Amino acid sequence: MRLSYPTNIKIIKVPCTGKVDVLYLLKSFQNGADGVYVAGCMEGDCHYLTGNLRARKRVEYTKKILDDIGIGGDRIEIYNMSAAQGARFVEVANEMTERIKALGPNPIKKRGSTESGKDPSKEE
Amino acid sequence: MIIGEGKPIKDILVMIKNYSKILLIGCRGCVTVCSAGGEKEVGILASVLSLARKKEGKEIEIREVTLERQCDPEYLEEIRSFVEDYEAVISIACGAGVQFMAEKYRKIPIYPGINTNFIGVTEEQGIWVERCQACGNCKLHLTGGICPITKCSKSLLNGPCGGSADGKCEVNPEVECGWQLIYDLLKEQGKLDTLEVIIPINDWSTSRDGGPRKIVREDLKL
Repeated sequence: MRLSYPTNIKIIKVPCTGKVDVLYLLKSFQNGADGVYVAGCMEGDCHYLTGNLRARKRVEYTKKILDDIGIGGDRIEIYNMSAAQGARFVEVANEMTERIKALGPNPIKKRGSTESGKDPSKEE
Repeated sequence: MIIGEGKPIKDILVMIKNYSKILLIGCRGCVTVCSAGGEKEVGILASVLSLARKKEGKEIEIREVTLERQCDPEYLEEIRSFVEDYEAVISIACGAGVQFMAEKYRKIPIYPGINTNFIGVTEEQGIWVERCQACGNCKLHLTGGICPITKCSKSLLNGPCGGSADGKCEVNPEVECGWQLIYDLLKEQGKLDTLEVIIPINDWSTSRDGGPRKIVREDLKL
């Protein structure tokens, strides 16, 4: 396909989105990520049956925490896509990058210390 | 087990607003099983607190520790060598653990990170329900193993009140009538005659009404 997606996205691979833990999501923000999104398989297609459904609940839980502490729950999202949907992968990568750019850098970073163009959104 | 749940983060942030060096202590007992105060929750709370503080531009140092139990003195001793290096302690054990900690380390302010709710069971993963009010005078042999003190909203001891309708309680239509549950179970077992025993006026002195309770076992004391 040779499709390109924004270079600010850093991919962290996990065996299943069911492995994604609330603490992983929080640590990403602690380590300076401006946004995080989880890219899981289509609902109903999980090899482990419910991994992606659990990941969704954990993302929702983390959204609430981020809202509570003023980081903003909008900085985190979960998307479902199949391994055959390369175009969708790119679309989501662009969509999330735009969203995070609009929100600005992670508020834990000191003002003025963020380098432009560096918003290492994460995806798995 | 004792069931608890995390306090709102905002409340915890207010408690620790003047501190920058915190010891965060979990418990591997009941609160680990109900996912409120175990090692996992210590990790999450530490992460959330430091994120929240960084956002305010104020750094915070948090050391994460999880003790075997906070309701036994030998485990509380494990932190003695370093507890005073910190400005404050947040304990996410149950209320008993928090108090025992506060009692053992009087020089350091101890703050609770969870609310302690009740004695209950894991009905299913993620759902905990109250089963016992620790009244100190168990009557389960008279009620088919279903506690009227806990399951009846009014803690009635000799059958339901007039507010029982279609097996539900008038207090809340989602709450089952405890006495309906007791009747149905004893009927299934063919033991309805159990209900003919009149339970006398309850002696609440074994419950909270007698003040803080204490059990002494001379045979076990060292």
